[in-house]
Amino acid sequence: MTLTAGQTVIMILVIALGTMMTRFTPFILFPEGKETPKIVTYLGKVLPAAMMGLLIIYCLKDISFQAAPHALPEMIAIVLIVILHKWKGNVLLSIAGGTVAYMILVQLVF
Amino acid sequence: MTASKQKEIKKAVLMAFPHTIPVLTGYLILGMAYGILMQTKGYGAFWSVLMSLVAYGGSMQFAAIALLTSVFNPLQAFLLSLMVNARHLFYGISMLDKYKGLGKARAILIFMLSDETFSISSSVAPPQEVNRKYFFLTISVLDYLYWAVGTFLGSVIGGFITFNTAGLDFVLTALFVVLFLEQTKQKENQTAGVIGLLAAIVGRLMFGAENMVIPSMVIILLVLLLGRKKI
Repeated sequence: MTLTAGQTVIMILVIALGTMMTRFTPFILFPEGKETPKIVTYLGKVLPAAMMGLLIIYCLKDISFQAAPHALPEMIAIVLIVILHKWKGNVLLSIAGGTVAYMILVQLVF
Repeated sequence: MTASKQKEIKKAVLMAFPHTIPVLTGYLILGMAYGILMQTKGYGAFWSVLMSLVAYGGSMQFAAIALLTSVFNPLQAFLLSLMVNARHLFYGISMLDKYKGLGKARAILIFMLSDETFSISSSVAPPQEVNRKYFFLTISVLDYLYWAVGTFLGSVIGGFITFNTAGLDFVLTALFVVLFLEQTKQKENQTAGVIGLLAAIVGRLMFGAENMVIPSMVIILLVLLLGRKKI
């Protein structure tokens, strides 16, 4: 530990405060009693799909197409997930299949 | 607690638990990685678990390790956690409707609204006969506990793990890919999904891996608002 116990507690609290502000702000700005502006309701409907797209890319942000293995394990695993999911439509099966395939690829193939 | 309430909770837990299985895997692995990393910096199980319980949010917790091992600067930590977690603003906007009318449970649900919990809770609908409040609470609380347990295990037994877990953390990427496919099954969400992917790719290419999130969010917001009529 570089910091003292007291300093560490303060750090944990300010990090929690920042995190929780980002989680609570929308609910404070648009309370239950009042009617939510139409534009916000619209965003609430379309944002989940858009954010899922962002989260996928965010997970892949550190891969490189130039350096070996040229992002191949990730791309192969994702294509496999898409095929598996279109075929069987089972969420857990698609996730498990993709993850196992990825582990085999990074541990044994590349 | 009345017997009927107990039965209602049990039913909700049984229906909600399967949705959290991928997060169980992902959070145990990443939580353990976090516990191990904290351990190597001199922070034992007490501190790691305290951080996981109080400042629950994986990406910021990892980023905070650097802050815990340098000069004491709480203001910097606060601002960084606002920036790293800015995406949660969009999660809240998306969940305004789903978390409506849930009373005191609502505060707990908001407190526990992590990336993964948001992904699941925004993608699935509780079955008709299941109590909505208990259903969403189960997803949130289980995910929260997985993360805390993972952190604890990493701190305590992390050094003893011998089987090769390389690549297992891909389970969370896989989760997002599958939930993306689920969300875009509905036609009206397909455009939004593609906008999210493209905006994030642009954000990553223009601003780099470290700073991609906020620019990507701005692009998403602008395109969604400008294209409102067409979608």
